[in-house]
Amino acid sequence: MNVLLDYLPEFRDGFLGTLAITASAALLALVLGVLIAGFRVSPVPPLRVFGTAWVTVLRNTPLTLLFLVAFFVVPQIIFQGASPYVLGTLALGFYTSSFVCEAVRSGISTVPLGQAEAARSLGMSFSQTLRLIVLPQATRTVIPPLSSIIIALTKNSAIAGAFGYGELFNVSKLLNDKGYAIAWIFLWTALAYLVVTFAISGLFRLLERRMGVAR
Amino acid sequence: MSEVPVTKNAGGPAPTGDPLVVLDNVNKHFGALHVLQDINLTIRRGEVVVVIGPSGSGKSTLCRTINRLETIDTGDISIDAKPLPQEGRELARLRADVGMVFQSFNLFAHKTVLENVMLGQTKVRKTDKATAEEKARALLDRVGVGAQAEKYPAQLSGGQQQRVAIARALAMDPKVMLFDEPTSALDPEMINEVLEVMQQLARDGMTMVVVTHEMGFARSAANRVVFMADGKIIEEAEPNQFFNNPRSDRAKDFLSKILHH
Repeated sequence: MNVLLDYLPEFRDGFLGTLAITASAALLALVLGVLIAGFRVSPVPPLRVFGTAWVTVLRNTPLTLLFLVAFFVVPQIIFQGASPYVLGTLALGFYTSSFVCEAVRSGISTVPLGQAEAARSLGMSFSQTLRLIVLPQATRTVIPPLSSIIIALTKNSAIAGAFGYGELFNVSKLLNDKGYAIAWIFLWTALAYLVVTFAISGLFRLLERRMGVAR
Repeated sequence: MSEVPVTKNAGGPAPTGDPLVVLDNVNKHFGALHVLQDINLTIRRGEVVVVIGPSGSGKSTLCRTINRLETIDTGDISIDAKPLPQEGRELARLRADVGMVFQSFNLFAHKTVLENVMLGQTKVRKTDKATAEEKARALLDRVGVGAQAEKYPAQLSGGQQQRVAIARALAMDPKVMLFDEPTSALDPEMINEVLEVMQQLARDGMTMVVVTHEMGFARSAANRVVFMADGKIIEEAEPNQFFNNPRSDRAKDFLSKILHH
Protein backbone atom coordinates (compact mmCIF):
# COMPACT_ATOMS: atom_id res chain seq x y z
CA MET A 1 0.00 0.00 0.00
CA ASN A 2 2.52 2.59 1.05
CA VAL A 3 4.90 1.77 -1.75
CA LEU A 4 3.09 4.54 -3.62
CA LEU A 5 3.50 7.06 -0.80
CA ASP A 6 7.11 6.06 -0.07
CA TYR A 7 8.11 6.36 -3.71
CA LEU A 8 5.76 9.08 -4.84
CA PRO A 9 8.51 11.11 -6.60
CA GLU A 10 9.56 8.00 -8.57
CA PHE A 11 6.00 7.22 -9.55
CA ARG A 12 5.47 10.85 -10.53
CA ASP A 13 8.60 10.88 -12.68
CA GLY A 14 7.57 7.57 -14.23
CA PHE A 15 4.15 8.95 -15.00
CA LEU A 16 5.61 12.08 -16.57
CA GLY A 17 8.07 9.90 -18.50
CA THR A 18 5.25 7.83 -19.96
CA LEU A 19 3.34 10.98 -20.77
CA ALA A 20 6.34 12.60 -22.47
CA ILE A 21 7.29 9.66 -24.68
CA THR A 22 3.65 8.98 -25.56
CA ALA A 23 3.12 12.58 -26.60
CA SER A 24 6.29 12.89 -28.67
CA ALA A 25 5.95 9.46 -30.30
CA ALA A 26 2.26 10.13 -31.07
CA LEU A 27 3.16 13.43 -32.71
CA LEU A 28 5.90 11.79 -34.77
CA ALA A 29 3.59 8.90 -35.72
CA LEU A 30 0.78 11.24 -36.81
CA VAL A 31 3.02 13.43 -38.94
CA LEU A 32 4.83 10.48 -40.55
CA GLY A 33 1.62 8.45 -40.87
CA VAL A 34 -0.25 11.15 -42.77
CA LEU A 35 2.79 11.80 -44.96
CA ILE A 36 3.26 8.13 -45.81
CA ALA A 37 -0.47 7.74 -46.47
CA GLY A 38 -0.06 10.57 -48.98
CA PHE A 39 2.82 8.64 -50.55
CA ARG A 40 0.72 5.48 -50.77
CA VAL A 41 -2.04 7.17 -52.77
CA SER A 42 0.35 9.34 -54.80
CA PRO A 43 0.40 9.17 -58.61
CA VAL A 44 4.21 8.87 -58.47
CA PRO A 45 5.14 5.15 -58.49
CA PRO A 46 8.43 5.41 -56.53
CA LEU A 47 6.61 7.19 -53.70
CA ARG A 48 3.94 4.49 -53.66
CA VAL A 49 6.61 1.79 -53.49
CA PHE A 50 8.35 3.63 -50.67
CA GLY A 51 5.07 3.97 -48.75
CA THR A 52 4.20 0.31 -49.17
CA ALA A 53 7.69 -0.76 -48.10
CA TRP A 54 7.54 1.54 -45.07
CA VAL A 55 4.27 0.04 -43.86
CA THR A 56 5.25 -3.54 -44.63
CA VAL A 57 8.56 -3.34 -42.80
CA LEU A 58 7.51 -1.33 -39.77
CA ARG A 59 4.12 -2.92 -39.20
CA ASN A 60 5.39 -6.47 -39.43
CA THR A 61 8.52 -6.07 -37.29
CA PRO A 62 8.15 -6.87 -33.59
CA LEU A 63 8.37 -3.62 -31.64
CA THR A 64 11.07 -5.00 -29.35
CA LEU A 65 13.24 -5.66 -32.38
CA LEU A 66 12.73 -2.06 -33.51
CA PHE A 67 13.81 -0.90 -30.06
CA LEU A 68 16.91 -3.07 -30.30
CA VAL A 69 17.73 -1.46 -33.63
CA ALA A 70 16.98 2.03 -32.31
CA PHE A 71 19.12 1.61 -29.20
CA PHE A 72 22.05 -0.42 -30.53
CA VAL A 73 22.25 0.14 -34.30
CA VAL A 74 21.01 3.69 -34.84
CA PRO A 75 23.52 5.31 -32.41
CA GLN A 76 26.35 3.59 -34.31
CA ILE A 77 25.34 5.41 -37.50
CA ILE A 78 23.63 8.65 -36.51
CA PHE A 79 22.38 10.17 -33.27
CA GLN A 80 25.52 9.27 -31.35
CA GLY A 81 24.86 9.78 -27.65
CA ALA A 82 21.14 10.35 -28.16
CA SER A 83 19.09 9.97 -24.98
CA PRO A 84 16.83 6.94 -24.41
CA TYR A 85 13.94 9.40 -24.72
CA VAL A 86 14.90 10.34 -28.29
CA LEU A 87 15.69 6.78 -29.35
CA GLY A 88 12.50 5.45 -27.75
CA THR A 89 10.46 8.15 -29.47
CA LEU A 90 11.98 7.16 -32.81
CA ALA A 91 11.26 3.46 -32.38
CA LEU A 92 7.70 3.99 -31.12
CA GLY A 93 6.92 6.79 -33.54
CA PHE A 94 8.15 4.93 -36.62
CA TYR A 95 6.39 1.71 -35.61
CA THR A 96 3.08 3.46 -34.91
CA SER A 97 3.31 5.59 -38.05
CA SER A 98 2.65 2.47 -40.15
CA PHE A 99 -0.65 1.91 -38.33
CA VAL A 100 -1.58 5.59 -38.56
CA CYS A 101 -0.82 5.47 -42.29
CA GLU A 102 -3.20 2.58 -42.87
CA ALA A 103 -5.96 4.21 -40.80
CA VAL A 104 -5.57 7.45 -42.76
CA ARG A 105 -5.54 5.54 -46.04
CA SER A 106 -8.78 3.78 -45.15
CA GLY A 107 -10.23 7.22 -44.36
CA ILE A 108 -9.07 8.55 -47.72
CA SER A 109 -10.86 5.76 -49.54
CA THR A 110 -14.16 6.66 -47.87
CA VAL A 111 -14.10 10.08 -49.57
CA PRO A 112 -15.97 9.80 -52.89
CA LEU A 113 -13.65 9.79 -55.90
CA GLY A 114 -15.65 12.65 -57.43
CA GLN A 115 -14.34 15.02 -54.76
CA ALA A 116 -10.75 14.52 -55.90
CA GLU A 117 -11.80 14.63 -59.56
CA ALA A 118 -13.54 17.96 -59.03
CA ALA A 119 -10.47 19.35 -57.28
CA ARG A 120 -8.15 18.18 -60.04
CA SER A 121 -10.51 19.61 -62.67
CA LEU A 122 -10.10 23.02 -61.02
CA GLY A 123 -6.36 22.71 -61.57
CA MET A 124 -5.32 21.75 -58.06
CA SER A 125 -2.12 19.78 -57.67
CA PHE A 126 -2.14 16.34 -56.10
CA SER A 127 -0.95 17.67 -52.75
CA GLN A 128 -3.49 20.51 -52.78
CA THR A 129 -6.25 18.02 -53.55
CA LEU A 130 -5.14 15.83 -50.68
CA ARG A 131 -4.61 18.65 -48.18
CA LEU A 132 -7.59 20.86 -48.98
CA ILE A 133 -10.25 18.42 -50.14
CA VAL A 134 -9.63 14.78 -49.30
CA LEU A 135 -7.89 14.72 -45.90
CA PRO A 136 -10.32 17.15 -44.21
CA GLN A 137 -13.19 14.90 -45.25
CA ALA A 138 -11.31 11.75 -44.26
CA THR A 139 -10.65 13.01 -40.72
CA ARG A 140 -14.06 12.05 -39.36
CA THR A 141 -13.63 8.42 -40.37
CA VAL A 142 -10.05 8.26 -39.18
CA ILE A 143 -10.58 9.51 -35.64
CA PRO A 144 -12.01 6.34 -34.01
CA PRO A 145 -9.23 4.01 -35.25
CA LEU A 146 -6.62 6.68 -34.43
CA SER A 147 -7.85 6.71 -30.86
CA SER A 148 -7.18 2.97 -30.57
CA ILE A 149 -3.78 3.34 -32.18
CA ILE A 150 -2.65 6.06 -29.78
CA ILE A 151 -3.88 4.07 -26.78
CA ALA A 152 -1.90 1.06 -28.02
CA LEU A 153 1.09 3.38 -28.39
CA THR A 154 0.74 4.45 -24.74
CA LYS A 155 0.90 0.85 -23.59
CA ASN A 156 3.71 0.02 -26.01
CA SER A 157 5.79 2.79 -24.46
CA ALA A 158 6.48 0.34 -21.59
CA ILE A 159 9.06 -1.30 -23.85
CA ALA A 160 11.09 1.90 -23.67
CA GLY A 161 11.19 1.32 -19.91
CA ALA A 162 12.85 -2.05 -20.45
CA PHE A 163 15.55 -0.17 -22.40
CA GLY A 164 16.35 2.10 -19.49
CA TYR A 165 14.05 5.03 -20.20
CA GLY A 166 12.45 6.30 -17.00
CA GLU A 167 8.72 5.67 -17.30
CA LEU A 168 6.04 3.79 -15.41
CA PHE A 169 7.09 0.25 -16.30
CA ASN A 170 10.68 1.14 -15.59
CA VAL A 171 9.71 2.39 -12.11
CA SER A 172 7.68 -0.70 -11.34
CA LYS A 173 10.63 -2.89 -12.32
CA LEU A 174 12.94 -0.82 -10.11
CA LEU A 175 10.67 -1.11 -7.09
CA ASN A 176 10.09 -4.79 -7.75
CA ASP A 177 13.84 -5.31 -7.68
CA LYS A 178 13.89 -3.62 -4.27
CA GLY A 179 11.59 -6.37 -2.98
CA TYR A 180 8.23 -4.64 -2.70
CA ALA A 181 5.04 -6.65 -3.16
CA ILE A 182 4.51 -6.87 -6.87
CA ALA A 183 0.71 -6.77 -6.72
CA TRP A 184 0.59 -3.26 -5.27
CA ILE A 185 3.24 -1.95 -7.60
CA PHE A 186 1.35 -3.27 -10.60
CA LEU A 187 -1.94 -1.91 -9.32
CA TRP A 188 -0.59 1.64 -9.02
CA THR A 189 1.21 1.38 -12.34
CA ALA A 190 -1.91 0.12 -14.05
CA LEU A 191 -3.97 2.95 -12.57
CA ALA A 192 -1.45 5.49 -13.83
CA TYR A 193 -1.68 3.99 -17.35
CA LEU A 194 -5.46 4.13 -17.12
CA VAL A 195 -5.31 7.85 -16.38
CA VAL A 196 -3.37 8.40 -19.61
CA THR A 197 -5.45 6.08 -21.80
CA PHE A 198 -8.77 7.42 -20.46
CA ALA A 199 -7.56 10.94 -21.13
CA ILE A 200 -6.73 9.96 -24.72
CA SER A 201 -10.06 8.30 -25.42
CA GLY A 202 -11.84 11.30 -23.86
CA LEU A 203 -9.89 13.68 -26.08
CA PHE A 204 -10.75 11.70 -29.20
CA ARG A 205 -14.41 11.45 -28.23
CA LEU A 206 -14.42 15.23 -27.94
CA LEU A 207 -12.82 15.55 -31.38
CA GLU A 208 -15.35 13.16 -32.85
CA ARG A 209 -18.24 15.19 -31.48
CA ARG A 210 -16.70 18.42 -32.80
CA MET A 211 -16.37 16.95 -36.28
CA GLY A 212 -19.95 15.71 -36.13
CA VAL A 213 -21.21 19.23 -35.60
CA ALA A 214 -19.04 20.68 -38.33
CA ARG A 215 -21.50 19.64 -40.98
CA MET B 1 -37.83 14.71 -72.07
CA SER B 2 -38.06 18.32 -70.96
CA GLU B 3 -38.45 20.95 -73.59
CA VAL B 4 -36.44 24.11 -73.44
CA PRO B 5 -37.60 27.19 -75.31
CA VAL B 6 -35.87 27.33 -78.65
CA THR B 7 -33.56 30.26 -79.04
CA LYS B 8 -32.74 31.07 -82.57
CA ASN B 9 -29.56 33.03 -81.97
CA ALA B 10 -27.96 29.86 -80.68
CA GLY B 11 -28.25 26.63 -82.63
CA GLY B 12 -27.43 27.15 -86.23
CA PRO B 13 -24.38 27.12 -88.38
CA ALA B 14 -21.16 26.40 -86.54
CA PRO B 15 -19.01 29.40 -85.69
CA THR B 16 -15.89 29.57 -87.75
CA GLY B 17 -13.53 30.23 -84.81
CA ASP B 18 -10.12 28.58 -84.66
CA PRO B 19 -9.93 24.98 -83.37
CA LEU B 20 -9.86 24.94 -79.57
CA VAL B 21 -10.11 21.26 -78.71
CA VAL B 22 -8.78 18.72 -81.18
CA LEU B 23 -9.01 14.96 -80.74
CA ASP B 24 -6.95 13.15 -83.30
CA ASN B 25 -7.36 9.41 -83.78
CA VAL B 26 -8.01 8.76 -80.09
CA ASN B 27 -8.28 5.17 -78.85
CA LYS B 28 -8.95 3.87 -75.40
CA HIS B 29 -9.59 0.44 -73.88
CA PHE B 30 -11.10 -0.55 -70.55
CA GLY B 31 -9.57 -4.02 -70.37
CA ALA B 32 -10.95 -5.87 -73.37
CA LEU B 33 -13.56 -3.21 -74.06
CA HIS B 34 -12.62 -0.77 -76.81
CA VAL B 35 -14.48 2.27 -75.43
CA LEU B 36 -13.10 4.90 -77.80
CA GLN B 37 -12.35 3.87 -81.38
CA ASP B 38 -10.47 6.20 -83.71
CA ILE B 39 -12.17 9.33 -82.44
CA ASN B 40 -11.56 12.46 -84.51
CA LEU B 41 -13.30 15.56 -83.28
CA THR B 42 -12.56 19.27 -83.54
CA ILE B 43 -14.32 21.81 -81.40
CA ARG B 44 -13.99 25.41 -82.49
CA ARG B 45 -13.87 28.44 -80.26
CA GLY B 46 -17.39 29.53 -79.35
CA GLU B 47 -18.95 26.32 -80.56
CA VAL B 48 -21.49 24.28 -78.59
CA VAL B 49 -21.14 20.58 -79.30
CA VAL B 50 -23.67 18.17 -77.85
CA VAL B 51 -22.68 14.51 -77.62
CA ILE B 52 -25.54 12.04 -77.50
CA GLY B 53 -25.87 8.30 -77.80
CA PRO B 54 -27.01 5.20 -75.96
CA SER B 55 -25.48 4.48 -72.57
CA GLY B 56 -22.18 2.67 -72.72
CA SER B 57 -21.38 4.31 -76.05
CA GLY B 58 -18.29 6.03 -74.62
CA LYS B 59 -19.60 9.59 -74.63
CA SER B 60 -18.81 10.26 -70.95
CA THR B 61 -15.37 8.75 -71.38
CA LEU B 62 -14.83 11.00 -74.39
CA CYS B 63 -15.75 14.04 -72.33
CA ARG B 64 -13.43 13.01 -69.50
CA THR B 65 -10.43 12.42 -71.76
CA ILE B 66 -10.48 16.09 -72.76
CA ASN B 67 -9.12 17.19 -69.38
CA ARG B 68 -7.35 13.88 -68.88
CA LEU B 69 -9.46 12.57 -66.04
CA GLU B 70 -9.26 9.50 -68.28
CA THR B 71 -6.00 8.72 -70.01
CA ILE B 72 -5.98 7.53 -73.60
CA ASP B 73 -4.06 4.64 -75.13
CA THR B 74 -3.20 6.11 -78.51
CA GLY B 75 -3.89 9.31 -80.42
CA ASP B 76 -3.49 12.97 -79.55
CA ILE B 77 -5.60 15.54 -77.77
CA SER B 78 -4.70 19.19 -77.83
CA ILE B 79 -6.33 22.21 -76.27
CA ASP B 80 -5.64 25.65 -77.71
CA ALA B 81 -2.91 24.10 -79.87
CA LYS B 82 -1.12 22.64 -76.86
CA PRO B 83 -1.02 18.84 -76.52
CA LEU B 84 -2.27 17.43 -73.20
CA PRO B 85 0.78 17.04 -70.95
CA GLN B 86 1.52 14.19 -68.55
CA GLU B 87 0.14 14.28 -65.00
CA GLY B 88 1.85 17.10 -63.10
CA ARG B 89 2.06 20.86 -62.75
CA GLU B 90 1.68 21.44 -66.47
CA LEU B 91 -1.52 19.41 -66.65
CA ALA B 92 -2.91 21.13 -63.56
CA ARG B 93 -2.41 24.49 -65.26
CA LEU B 94 -4.24 23.27 -68.32
CA ARG B 95 -7.10 21.81 -66.29
CA ALA B 96 -7.60 25.19 -64.67
CA ASP B 97 -8.56 26.48 -68.13
CA VAL B 98 -11.04 23.68 -68.74
CA GLY B 99 -14.23 23.82 -66.70
CA MET B 100 -15.84 20.52 -65.79
CA VAL B 101 -19.38 19.88 -64.58
CA PHE B 102 -20.16 16.37 -63.33
CA GLN B 103 -23.30 14.31 -63.26
CA SER B 104 -23.06 13.99 -59.48
CA PHE B 105 -22.16 17.69 -58.92
CA ASN B 106 -19.11 16.83 -56.74
CA LEU B 107 -19.29 20.02 -54.73
CA PHE B 108 -16.77 19.99 -51.87
CA ALA B 109 -18.94 18.68 -49.06
CA HIS B 110 -16.94 20.27 -46.23
CA LYS B 111 -16.98 23.78 -47.73
CA THR B 112 -19.80 26.27 -48.01
CA VAL B 113 -21.24 27.18 -51.41
CA LEU B 114 -19.26 30.42 -51.40
CA GLU B 115 -16.02 28.65 -50.45
CA ASN B 116 -16.63 26.12 -53.21
CA VAL B 117 -16.65 28.90 -55.79
CA MET B 118 -13.72 30.76 -54.19
CA LEU B 119 -11.36 27.83 -53.64
CA GLY B 120 -10.08 27.43 -57.20
CA GLN B 121 -9.55 31.16 -57.54
CA THR B 122 -7.56 31.55 -54.31
CA LYS B 123 -5.59 28.28 -54.37
CA VAL B 124 -4.97 27.83 -58.09
CA ARG B 125 -5.21 31.33 -59.57
CA LYS B 126 -3.80 32.89 -56.37
CA THR B 127 -6.43 35.63 -56.50
CA ASP B 128 -6.76 37.57 -53.24
CA LYS B 129 -9.71 36.68 -51.00
CA ALA B 130 -11.72 39.88 -51.46
CA THR B 131 -11.60 39.77 -55.26
CA ALA B 132 -12.39 36.05 -55.27
CA GLU B 133 -15.36 36.52 -52.98
CA GLU B 134 -16.72 39.37 -55.07
CA LYS B 135 -16.48 37.29 -58.22
CA ALA B 136 -17.93 34.22 -56.51
CA ARG B 137 -20.96 36.17 -55.28
CA ALA B 138 -21.50 37.67 -58.74
CA LEU B 139 -21.37 34.22 -60.34
CA LEU B 140 -23.71 32.73 -57.73
CA ASP B 141 -26.16 35.56 -58.45
CA ARG B 142 -25.81 34.90 -62.15
CA VAL B 143 -26.80 31.24 -61.76
CA GLY B 144 -29.54 32.21 -59.31
CA VAL B 145 -28.24 30.79 -56.04
CA GLY B 146 -26.77 33.94 -54.50
CA ALA B 147 -29.03 33.58 -51.45
CA GLN B 148 -27.53 30.16 -50.62
CA ALA B 149 -23.91 31.33 -50.44
CA GLU B 150 -23.37 30.51 -46.76
CA LYS B 151 -24.98 27.05 -46.86
CA TYR B 152 -23.29 23.70 -47.25
CA PRO B 153 -23.90 21.73 -50.48
CA ALA B 154 -25.94 19.04 -48.68
CA GLN B 155 -28.50 21.72 -47.71
CA LEU B 156 -29.24 22.55 -51.35
CA SER B 157 -31.48 20.85 -53.89
CA GLY B 158 -29.86 18.96 -56.76
CA GLY B 159 -30.64 21.71 -59.23
CA GLN B 160 -29.12 24.34 -56.97
CA GLN B 161 -26.04 22.21 -56.39
CA GLN B 162 -25.50 21.75 -60.10
CA ARG B 163 -25.82 25.50 -60.68
CA VAL B 164 -23.22 26.08 -57.95
CA ALA B 165 -20.98 23.55 -59.71
CA ILE B 166 -21.35 25.55 -62.94
CA ALA B 167 -20.45 28.74 -61.06
CA ARG B 168 -17.44 26.99 -59.52
CA ALA B 169 -16.18 26.04 -62.97
CA LEU B 170 -16.89 29.51 -64.41
CA ALA B 171 -14.91 31.15 -61.61
CA MET B 172 -11.72 29.89 -63.27
CA ASP B 173 -12.54 31.78 -66.52
CA PRO B 174 -12.30 28.57 -68.53
CA LYS B 175 -11.65 28.52 -72.26
CA VAL B 176 -14.01 25.59 -72.64
CA MET B 177 -16.65 23.99 -70.43
CA LEU B 178 -17.22 20.24 -70.32
CA PHE B 179 -20.59 18.97 -69.12
CA ASP B 180 -20.74 15.26 -68.30
CA GLU B 181 -24.47 14.45 -68.18
CA PRO B 182 -25.20 17.48 -66.01
CA THR B 183 -28.93 16.83 -65.62
CA SER B 184 -29.00 13.03 -65.42
CA ALA B 185 -28.99 12.94 -61.60
CA LEU B 186 -31.67 15.60 -61.23
CA ASP B 187 -35.35 15.38 -60.41
CA PRO B 188 -37.38 16.32 -63.52
CA GLU B 189 -38.59 19.64 -62.14
CA MET B 190 -35.02 20.78 -61.56
CA ILE B 191 -33.67 19.98 -64.99
CA ASN B 192 -34.87 23.19 -66.61
CA GLU B 193 -33.24 25.53 -64.10
CA VAL B 194 -29.88 23.96 -64.95
CA LEU B 195 -30.53 23.89 -68.69
CA GLU B 196 -31.48 27.56 -68.65
CA VAL B 197 -28.14 28.45 -67.08
CA MET B 198 -26.42 26.42 -69.79
CA GLN B 199 -28.52 28.06 -72.52
CA GLN B 200 -27.45 31.46 -71.24
CA LEU B 201 -23.84 30.34 -71.23
CA ALA B 202 -24.15 29.17 -74.83
CA ARG B 203 -25.69 32.50 -75.84
CA ASP B 204 -22.78 34.29 -74.17
CA GLY B 205 -20.44 32.51 -76.56
CA MET B 206 -18.87 29.96 -74.23
CA THR B 207 -17.25 26.99 -75.95
CA MET B 208 -19.08 23.95 -74.61
CA VAL B 209 -18.97 20.18 -74.90
CA VAL B 210 -22.16 18.73 -73.47
CA VAL B 211 -22.85 15.04 -72.96
CA THR B 212 -26.56 14.80 -72.37
CA HIS B 213 -29.84 13.02 -72.91
CA GLU B 214 -31.71 16.33 -73.18
CA MET B 215 -32.72 16.41 -76.82
CA GLY B 216 -34.51 19.73 -76.30
CA PHE B 217 -31.26 21.31 -75.24
CA ALA B 218 -29.41 19.70 -78.14
CA ARG B 219 -31.96 21.11 -80.59
CA SER B 220 -31.99 24.62 -79.22
CA ALA B 221 -28.44 25.31 -78.03
CA ALA B 222 -26.13 23.10 -80.04
CA ASN B 223 -24.22 24.17 -83.12
CA ARG B 224 -23.43 20.56 -83.78
CA VAL B 225 -24.66 17.20 -82.58
CA VAL B 226 -22.23 14.30 -82.30
CA PHE B 227 -23.88 10.90 -82.17
CA MET B 228 -21.84 8.09 -80.62
CA ALA B 229 -22.47 4.36 -80.38
CA ASP B 230 -20.18 1.49 -79.38
CA GLY B 231 -17.17 3.75 -78.91
CA LYS B 232 -17.40 5.33 -82.35
CA ILE B 233 -18.63 8.64 -83.69
CA ILE B 234 -21.40 7.51 -86.03
CA GLU B 235 -22.71 10.82 -87.17
CA GLU B 236 -22.02 14.53 -86.85
CA ALA B 237 -24.50 17.13 -88.02
CA GLU B 238 -26.32 20.35 -87.29
CA PRO B 239 -29.12 19.68 -84.83
CA ASN B 240 -32.00 20.28 -87.26
CA GLN B 241 -30.50 18.03 -89.84
CA PHE B 242 -29.68 15.33 -87.31
CA PHE B 243 -33.06 15.23 -85.60
CA ASN B 244 -35.19 15.62 -88.74
CA ASN B 245 -33.13 13.64 -91.14
CA PRO B 246 -30.54 11.32 -89.54
CA ARG B 247 -28.34 9.56 -92.07
CA SER B 248 -27.26 6.44 -90.20
CA ASP B 249 -29.54 3.56 -89.24
CA ARG B 250 -28.02 3.53 -85.74
CA ALA B 251 -29.07 7.13 -85.21
CA LYS B 252 -32.54 6.55 -86.68
CA ASP B 253 -33.00 3.62 -84.34
CA PHE B 254 -31.79 5.63 -81.34
CA LEU B 255 -33.99 8.62 -82.13
CA SER B 256 -37.07 6.46 -82.69
CA LYS B 257 -36.58 4.96 -79.23
CA ILE B 258 -36.23 8.23 -77.38
CA LEU B 259 -38.53 10.52 -79.31
CA HIS B 260 -41.59 8.31 -79.59
CA HIS B 261 -42.90 7.82 -76.12
